[in-house]
This record gives sequence, C-alpha cells and structure tokens, in this order.
Amino acid sequence: MDIGQFFTVTDLFGIAPEIILTVTALSVLTLEMVHIFHPRIILIVASLGLLLAGAVVIQTSGDEQILFGGMLALNQYSMFFDFLYIFIGLMTLIFSQGYLEKKGSPSRGEYPALILFAVIGMMLMTRANDLVIVFLGLELLSLSLYVLVGFLRQDHFSNESGLKYLLLGAFSTGFFLFGAAMTYGATGTTNYNGIIFAITNKTILSNIYLFMGIGLLLIGFAFKVALAPFHMWSPDVYQGAPTPVTGFLCTAPKAAGFGALIILFNRAFVEIHYQWQDIFWILSVLTMIVGNVTALVQSNVKRMLAFSSISHAGFLVMGLLILNETSISAVLFYLVVYSVINLGAFAIVTAAEKEEKGLEFEDYRGMAVQHPWLSAAMTIFMLSLAGFPPTAGFIAKYGLLSAAVAQGYIWLAVIGVLNTLISVYYYLRLVVNMYMQKEEGALIPSYNMLAIGLIGLLALLMIVLGIIPGYLLEITANAAATVS
Amino acid sequence: MEDIIINNLDYPILTASTFFPLAGAFIMLFLKRGPFIKWFALATTVATFIVSLPIYKHFDKTTYKMQFVEIHSWIPAWNIYYKVGVDGISVLFIILVALLSILCVSVSWKAIQTKTKEFYISLLILETAMIGIFVSLNVFLFYLFWELTLIPMFLLIGVWGGSQRIYAAVKFVLFMLAGSVLMLVGIIVLYYAGGRTFDIIELAKVNYPTGLQLWLFLAFFAAFAVKMPMFPIHTWLPDAHTEAPTAGSVILAGILLKMGAYGFLRFSFPMFPHAVKVFFIPLLVLSVTAIIYGAYVTLMQKDMKRLIAYSSVSHMGFVTLGLFTLNQNGIEGGILQMINHGVITGALFLCVGMIYERTHSRMIKDYGGLSKTVPVYIVFFSIFTLAAIGLPGMNAFIGEFLIISGAFKANMIIAAFSIIGVVLGVCYMVWLYYRVALNEINPITESSLVDLDLREIATLAPLVVLVLLIGLQPNILLSYMHVSVEHLLEQLNNSLQLESINAYDIVNLISENIW
Repeated sequence: MDIGQFFTVTDLFGIAPEIILTVTALSVLTLEMVHIFHPRIILIVASLGLLLAGAVVIQTSGDEQILFGGMLALNQYSMFFDFLYIFIGLMTLIFSQGYLEKKGSPSRGEYPALILFAVIGMMLMTRANDLVIVFLGLELLSLSLYVLVGFLRQDHFSNESGLKYLLLGAFSTGFFLFGAAMTYGATGTTNYNGIIFAITNKTILSNIYLFMGIGLLLIGFAFKVALAPFHMWSPDVYQGAPTPVTGFLCTAPKAAGFGALIILFNRAFVEIHYQWQDIFWILSVLTMIVGNVTALVQSNVKRMLAFSSISHAGFLVMGLLILNETSISAVLFYLVVYSVINLGAFAIVTAAEKEEKGLEFEDYRGMAVQHPWLSAAMTIFMLSLAGFPPTAGFIAKYGLLSAAVAQGYIWLAVIGVLNTLISVYYYLRLVVNMYMQKEEGALIPSYNMLAIGLIGLLALLMIVLGIIPGYLLEITANAAATVS
Repeated sequence: MEDIIINNLDYPILTASTFFPLAGAFIMLFLKRGPFIKWFALATTVATFIVSLPIYKHFDKTTYKMQFVEIHSWIPAWNIYYKVGVDGISVLFIILVALLSILCVSVSWKAIQTKTKEFYISLLILETAMIGIFVSLNVFLFYLFWELTLIPMFLLIGVWGGSQRIYAAVKFVLFMLAGSVLMLVGIIVLYYAGGRTFDIIELAKVNYPTGLQLWLFLAFFAAFAVKMPMFPIHTWLPDAHTEAPTAGSVILAGILLKMGAYGFLRFSFPMFPHAVKVFFIPLLVLSVTAIIYGAYVTLMQKDMKRLIAYSSVSHMGFVTLGLFTLNQNGIEGGILQMINHGVITGALFLCVGMIYERTHSRMIKDYGGLSKTVPVYIVFFSIFTLAAIGLPGMNAFIGEFLIISGAFKANMIIAAFSIIGVVLGVCYMVWLYYRVALNEINPITESSLVDLDLREIATLAPLVVLVLLIGLQPNILLSYMHVSVEHLLEQLNNSLQLESINAYDIVNLISENIW
C-alpha cells in the first residue's frame, strides 16, 4: 500500500505544530510514568513543546494552503488562532503551577498533557475546512476538558461539575453531529467548498434539511461557547472546576468556538447567512442580558466571572451577526483582549484561593492594603472587562459597536452599551471590596514570582493595548481579510 | 488648514500641561510612602500650573481659531488622530483646573492620613483627564479623557469619603456611565454620518439631516445633562458631594460639573444647531426649574456640605440658562459663571472641609458664633458667602447679570422666573451664614475649633483674589471668549438660515425612523 496517495510531505509540514504538540503530550505522559522527574521538569517540557509549536507556526508563510485534499485550510486567520491557543495554553500551565498541591491533590503529568491535547483540538477547529475535522477538534477539546474539570478527585464540586459537563457536553456533541449529518444530507458533502458550491448552484437536495442542519450545528456551538439559552451548564462547571482550568475553560473553547463559527458562516453558509441574522440578533441580546443580570446577584467571584463571560459571548455574537471584514477583525481583537483579561483575573483568583476561602467577594476585603500591586492588576482587569478607557477592553468593545453601527444596528449597539452599564456594577463590586471595605482577615495569596510577574505583564498589556492598539488591530485586520 | 493655528512654540505646550500630572503620578508609583509624597504631589501640580501659564501669554484673542494645535497620527486603522488645541471657550478652564488642583493637594495635607500615595495618584490622574477634556479636538480622545475622570473620582469618593461613601461612589459611577455610554453610541453614529472622521472641527462643518441631529443631540445630551447635572437627574450630586473628601468635592464642583456645559458648547451647538433650536425652550424651562427647585431644596438642608451641593444644582441651572439663551450675553455669562461657580463653590467646599477637619461635624446645628471663636476663618467665609449671593463687585454678580440680561432677550417669562432663584440664593446663604457665623457660640464644637493656619490661608487667598479680580475687571476673562462666542453664534445662525424648521414637526421627526 502506498501511503503517498493519502497525503504529501506538504500536508505533514502543515500539521507540524499538531505533531509536535502530540509528541510533547505523549512524552509528558511517559515522563510521569517513570516517576523520576520533578513536576517542574514536566511543566518545562510541556511549555517547551508549546513554544516550539509556536515557533513552527511563525515559520509558515501565512499564504492560503489547502491540505489533506481540502480537509484543512491554513491561512493567517488560522495562524492567528494557533498563536492565541498556544498563548492561552502556556499561561494556563504557568498559572496552574502549585495549584493542585495546594488543593491537596498530587501533581500529575496528565494535567499538562490534557491541556496540550485541548490545544491541538482547538487548532484543528479553526484550521478545519470540513465539518468532520471541526467535529474531531471539538471532541478532542471536549474530552480533554471533561477530565480537566473533574481533575480534583477529592473535591465534590469538581466531580459534580465534571459529570455535568460530560453529560451536557455529550448532548451538544449529539446536536452538532446531527447537524453535520443533516447538512451532508442536504448538500451531499461536509466540505466547506462543496457546501458553498451546492448552495450557489442551487443543487441542494432539501432546503429544510439544510435549514435544520445549520440550526443544529448552531445549537451545538451555542452549547460550547455558552450562549443563552444554552448556557445553563457553564456557571456550575466554572465554579466547580479547578480555578486555572476555569480560566482555560472560559477563554480557549470560546475563542475556538467563535473562530470555527465565523469560518463556518463566512465560508460554507456565506450565501444564506442573511437568513440567520434575526436568530443571531436574538441570541446576542438574550445572552448579553441573561449573563449580565444573573451576574449581578452572584456572591462567588468564579460564578460572577462565569456569568460575565456569558455576557461577553453575547457581545461577540454581534460580530457574527454582522460578519464582514471589520466585524471579524473586531471579534479577533475582542477575543485576544478577553482572553488576556480572564487569564489574568483567574490567575489572581488562583493565587488568592486557599482551602475554602478566597472565592467570595467578601474574601477580597481590604486586599489593597497588603497587596497593592495585585489589587491594582485586578482592578485593571475588571475595568477592562467593563470596557473603561484607556484599557484594551474599551477598544475591543468600541470595535464591535462601531462595526454594528456601520451596518445600521443602532439599537443593538444601544442594548450593548446598556448591558455594559449593568456589568460595571458587579465588576466594581470587586474593586469596592478590595479598596473600600475594612479588612477582615485579609487574604494571603500564595506567591509565585513567575506567576505574579506574568500577571503584572498582562495587566500592563491591557493598558498598553488600550492606548496604542494599532499594531494588534493591523494583525487582526490582516487575519480577518484572509477569510472574507 | 485654515481653521487652526499650529503650535508655534518650540515645545508642545498643551500636551505638556495635560500629561505633566500623569507623569508625576507615574513616578509617584515608585516612591516610598511618607511625607515626601505630599511635597511631590504639590510640586507636580504647581509645575503643571507654571507649564500652562504661557498659554495665556501667547493666546491670540483676536481669532476664534483653535490655537497651539498639535496633530499626531494615533490609530490609523480607524482614522483617529491625537489632536489638541484651545480656543476662547476652553482656554480658561485649563488654568481653573491647574489652580484648583494645587488647592486640592494643599487642603488634603492633613485631612488625608491613610493611603496618601494612592490618594495623590488618583488626584493627579484626575487632573490629566480634566485638562485633557478641555484640549481635545478629537472626539475619540475626548471620550477617553471623559471616561478617565470616572475611576479616580470613584476611588476618591469611595476610599477617602464619609460614612455612606460606597453607596455614593457607586451611584456616581453608574449615573455618569449611563449618560456616557449613550454618548458613545452617538459618537459612533456621528463618526459615520460625518464622513468617517473624529475631528471635532471637521464634524462641525457637516450639515446633518435634522432628524439625525435630534437623535444625536439627545444621545450627547444624556451624557452632558447627567454631568451638569440638570434638573431631574441631579440626585447623584448631593450624595457624591457630601461623601467625597474635601478635595473630591472641590474637583466635582469646580471642574467635573463644567464638563457637561462645555460639551454643549463644543458639540451640541456647532454640530446640532437645528436640534438646539428645537429643544432650547424646554431646556430653558428645565434650567429655571433647576434654579428654583435647587434653591428651595437648599433652604431645607441641615448638613453644610449637602447645602452647598444643592446650591450647585441651582447655580448650574443659571449656567444652562445662559447657554440656551443662544445670544452673546447669555453664553458669555454662562461660561463666566462656570468659572465663577468653580471658584466660589470650590472655596465654600474648602471652607467646610477645613472646619470639618477640626470638629468632624458637618451639621449646621453643631455650629454657632464662629465669628467670635475663629475670626480669620469667618473673614474668608464671609467673602465667599457674599460672592455666592452675587454681591456687585464680586465675580458671580457679573456672571448672573450677563445671564439674566441674555435671558430677558431670549424669553421674558423664563427670565422673570429665574429672578426668584437669585432671591432664594440670598436667603439660603445668609441664613447659613447667620446660623454658623453669628448666633450664640455653640458649646458642642467650641473646644475643638482652632483658627486657620498659614497653609489654609494660603489655600483660600488665591480664590479671594480671583473673586475680586473677576468682579472688578471681568474683561480680563471675557476678552478671551468674545471672538470665539461670536463665531459659535455665527455657526449656529448660519446653518439655521439654510433651512428653516417647523417646530411642530418635532414629534414626527423623532418618531420617524431615521435609518
């Protein structure tokens, strides 16, 4: 049998980052097995793997490349997301250091390995040019996350949320797969180019199947990125998961989900996207309002951030609704900013968490006295989430609003800004607790110089991007240009 | 580029005065806590003041054009430039900000004992934001500075304020933001309607469709009216003023309230003249309502700080009354009154703050006979009380006189009602003065009262000078704004002549879908 008929050397070079990450993940597992190495070595090996994969991504030219007979499409857009995933993975690894021990669970090699597998899955999702590959990526991501969420085996909450995530995630996977099957039934192919061809040439077998297919695919994605009314799982899962995993959970899969959705609707279903605009409008408004209003009454910081991430997803749907070059670029910018903020904020929560303390708003009382820098960083993250200038959060929000207004969605923009107003209340609550309340047994965050330094850098990045966003805007504009 | 005069000094004077305090705040981040912090803050504010002085020396009073303009590319992807400049309307506010900031540092010298470093950093960031608002010639930049004032003020109220500080601070931010997010949508719409530019001068040249003007006016009005604050949405003000530390109250009254009125002059008048024409009668009515209602509520107050806060509602009613008369006298009076109010109310808050520092009571009933116990203090207090009443020879008299004479030109009935406010103004101030300064000596606070020291006298003295200087020689300030205000009115009237509007169609215009 000649292997050459299945793929070429170019194909292999194209998926070099995935190969590197797979090898790294497997070797991390092997290292764990032989019990000789210090956990820190495992961490270093995993980080090196990620960095190497990032370096390989840089080396690729960024020209549009179709690999594996139309299964994968590499371009600047996918490169952008590859970087984002690698960045998120790396940050999560570093911020998780020492967390498992703190929670009374032995450090294990599976943890970094699973994060690496999740990164591979996400890379496949945004590189995919075929529904089957999206599904593969989605499953690889989800399976890794199910385990990561339930990683604290002694912890009831962690177990509960792992199980919840698994059951509901399995449901959403079913929806997705069924949607893909329907689309296949309607167009005779799962390949994006084939779907476009079928739609433009009106060779669709059944419009109803196509419609149902798209709807089911959308529901599958809506589960994964937690859009209302498919968001019910997320607060419990976010709360129960180990904190660094929560940080990973509310950044990476969202980025991957939106990245894949944008390609799906901008490539495969671009001709009939306009029929779905009302649905997106409703999804966006509903998600923003549900997320925000529920976040108002939370007393747990992790839950608050979970609901806030739901409302941010609603904001991002705006970009999906408009779906032109400007809005895609704005979504990419938003995803970067949003990921950086959430990674930073969850890193601080990770540091502050101690046994059962450090998760309620009250626990943060008077933190500014003992830890002025950490509190300042948290304040920057919260203000950035709320979209105050001159933080990057404002630029991100402005980009999306501007894209919406340009297309005449003024009322959507008004609803968006009014939601921002609501969100300010709960973001400021944390600031109020840190700066304005008298301290009562103030938190003693566990210091880890590397993590603290990185948190500071991320906070600084938010200010810098808020004042000079030009460079990143250029990158996102280029990436957006390649898919539209 | 005929509308602007590029900065021809050999250094960027406006950028320097704007960012000097921010640079100071940044350095302060790395300084050790201790008494040195205060001195550093004082030095920074004084330096900012000195840096900004050449603006007045080199300012050309004979032109309405923007002066000392600097333009730099900023975010090319969105056609955003860093563009700053001043004209006769904005130039005076820079000195007001710079001066009041110095006084704020000085008055906080002993009052702020905890977290002093954070306090002065907030104060300096606030100063940068406030100067930035008045020099911005780019809407995006303007909005950035506009929002940048919120968080430092939030911290000033919430961390160093009184017992209800958290409630007041959160209320302040939510009210402000409710207005400014609507303005943000307005700004974005303006950007597309005005040909994808954020340049304030370019945007003012565009003739927008009347329906769009009405909507945009309302969107901007939301932000400006909350900030002013105009009558029905003023409820944040007494809480914020009362709970804020003295420096916070001074800045709130002195500068932040003026930002709304300035916004009307910079955006609403030149860009939405039709909308101004449509709305000016209701706005005049709202202004007079604020004047009378504010004055009545002021009469009832038992807390000195709250009393002065409510009197601000009444005084700011005069400012909007002046602006919306849409004639030279009224607008010039309005601008002058903004400065006067900043000086007088700022001074009154300083006075209350100084006495509060000693007795820790703001209740009027805890005081009495201060003229016997603290005579020096009462000299200052009397001057500012008389100024607030509008005694001829003092600054507020000129402002109110111009405003009311403008109002009589615009609308007799409304102007007549505004006189009630003047009378009530005399009542509440004199009554306050009687209860605090005269009367029997009150034993509750007598023991803790000490007269002003040199630092406090130095804090109040510049304001006394300003009160008398403006009162006797108002042309020193008015001469700066004449040409600019004339040009503003020209802009307003020219675009109104192009196309006449039937005011009875307003309802139709608003309800009709402009898109």
